Amino acid sequence: MSFVENYKEHFEQLLSVKDKKELSGIRENAFNAFAEFGIPTSKHEEWKYTRIGALFNRPYRFLLDPSHAVTVADIDAFRLPGHQEANELIFVNGIFSSALSKIISKGLAVVPLEEAAADSRYKQLVAAHFGNSGHYLKDGINALNTALVNGAVFVQLTKGMAVGLPVYIYNINDARKENIFSQPRSLIHVTENAQLQIVETYFTLGVEESFTNQVMEIVVEENALLEYYKIQNDAGNANQVSTTHIRQAGRSYVHTVTVSLNGGIVRNNLNMILEAERCESHLYGLYFQKGKSHIDNHTVVDNVKPNCFSNELYKGVMNDESTGVFNGKIFVRQQAQKTNAFQSNKNILLSDDASVNTKPQLEIFADDVKCSHGCTVGQLDEEALFYLQSRGIGQKMARSLLIQAFASDILEHVKLAAIRKHVEHLVAERLEF
Amino acid sequence: MLNIQNLQAGIEGRQILRGINLEIKAGEVHAIMGPNGSGKSTLASVLAGKQNYEVTSGSVEFLGKNLLALSPEARAAEGLFLAFQYPVEVPGLSTTNFIKTAVNEIRKYHGREPLDAVSFLKMMKQKMALVNIDQSLLSRPLNEGFSGGEKKRNEIFQMAMLEPKLAILDETDSGLDIDAIRIVSNGVNKLRTKDNAVLVVTHYQRLLDYIVPDFVHVLYNGRIVKSGTKELALELEERGYDFIRNEADVEQEA
Repeated sequence: MSFVENYKEHFEQLLSVKDKKELSGIRENAFNAFAEFGIPTSKHEEWKYTRIGALFNRPYRFLLDPSHAVTVADIDAFRLPGHQEANELIFVNGIFSSALSKIISKGLAVVPLEEAAADSRYKQLVAAHFGNSGHYLKDGINALNTALVNGAVFVQLTKGMAVGLPVYIYNINDARKENIFSQPRSLIHVTENAQLQIVETYFTLGVEESFTNQVMEIVVEENALLEYYKIQNDAGNANQVSTTHIRQAGRSYVHTVTVSLNGGIVRNNLNMILEAERCESHLYGLYFQKGKSHIDNHTVVDNVKPNCFSNELYKGVMNDESTGVFNGKIFVRQQAQKTNAFQSNKNILLSDDASVNTKPQLEIFADDVKCSHGCTVGQLDEEALFYLQSRGIGQKMARSLLIQAFASDILEHVKLAAIRKHVEHLVAERLEF
Repeated sequence: MLNIQNLQAGIEGRQILRGINLEIKAGEVHAIMGPNGSGKSTLASVLAGKQNYEVTSGSVEFLGKNLLALSPEARAAEGLFLAFQYPVEVPGLSTTNFIKTAVNEIRKYHGREPLDAVSFLKMMKQKMALVNIDQSLLSRPLNEGFSGGEKKRNEIFQMAMLEPKLAILDETDSGLDIDAIRIVSNGVNKLRTKDNAVLVVTHYQRLLDYIVPDFVHVLYNGRIVKSGTKELALELEERGYDFIRNEADVEQEA
């Protein structure tokens, strides 16, 4: 397997670096898993409708060295509204840049993962949680990130702190000169009673190809609260597999909104692991695709213990020749009685050439639960369109209003006002067909 | 104002309107009555420009223009308004935003600047009082979860805001109790002037107690088979539609 050979070289190079020893065991296991699983083909159940193989056949620059040519001005062009009042974590080509990042909140620790793994304050946490996503994602892509982990960060929000200011995370690829392969990695620990808001986005500089294979693992401890917003609006030359793996302790509350507006091939894995009683999870997603972009949202809600609640709503608007995939799995383990889990996926196809494959799945091993799932794929409601037109609203405007109305169901869940306005604006811009 | 000549139309190859002739002048109220399936709602839909209906013959002139050549939005901008029998629910679209867009799209059609926020609010307040509708309803998503009465009141409020020349009320009384009918009718009556006209499409006479027509037409099997004054509506209420059916069928056989 020439592809594995190719990465073996990077891998050995990383292992040879002395100060990164703490993670070498898990790294080695992951590399073996990568070699065993390989890159998933469409025969892999979880990758049936998303063909990722071709992306790996391209030559990429894979950077181990943290130096880069990205300047503050390059980033300024993409900063999210409200950034003056936010912590900003910046990854360039998958490697965390402390020089470009800005940490202004008290109680927020940001430490290189390798250091955290060796630090007595954090090492147990790292050992317990780093790589947990690999138990859920049995494919070479997740393993590859772990095997080649480099320039990753550990973020901890101190016990009982409400961070007050959100954390904005920017993943930047510098594809101005060559194709870039990047693997951002982070482990985020929201301690007991703490409250954290994260907004994450991605952008590629230049017109060469970029491929981001990201893994973010988040631990939300007892009574803690996490809001996580992902905004994907990169160009058609930007591909990514973005994994967000969230473990919830008792009475924790997690609220996520994933907004995907553009990109080449974009695959999101969102895992919610409800590992203790009385967890609450909200998963919202809006994808509004154009051109030939491909969006795949794979979500897992794993109810391990009793009395948890989850609600999931993903909505898609597909234009041009775009393709979409939704796969939502809810597991209710035998112990997880009194689970309430709801899931819904609704799609509108605006063009004859757009398509969506949607697959809601429930696997229930307990007998006293309330679960529902459903999906729809359709067109804009002709009756509603006529109703608006009959009031003097032109067809184009009427379509825009109806799509905005469809999307508002999701966007209203973005609780950060500046970010909500920003995504509403992006959607409105897109509606000027 | 409106002149319909030999209008024939249908849907999916099935003919429903078989030659309608009707003239409505400014200041008049006309009622179209008829049994279920006679084509009342089809006529309303065809006039408003609903897709899927195919006009196979005839002409409709509205304020000197060929109505059938206009898009639904242009018809509205020219002054035609259809109050829907079943107003559509649009979750996520606020009623106020919807109406504001409609008002400004119609202004744009006539080459006018959009209303500024202050003037729009002033207009809203004035019309709200006129049709007795509550602000809380208007800040909710369009018709979502509205009761039957609230939906119809919202239709009349939209009519007040858009100030049409010709309002077509399609079964506005269906699903309403007497109180709601009274409120809705009061709204319509307050909006009447010598320059506009109303076409009431209804199955029952009771709405016509409140919106009193100058002319009543009976539609049966796609044709207007009888026209008269408001007394005709009372006669229908008393005798039912059967006598119309019998008369019409006899005529057809002859």
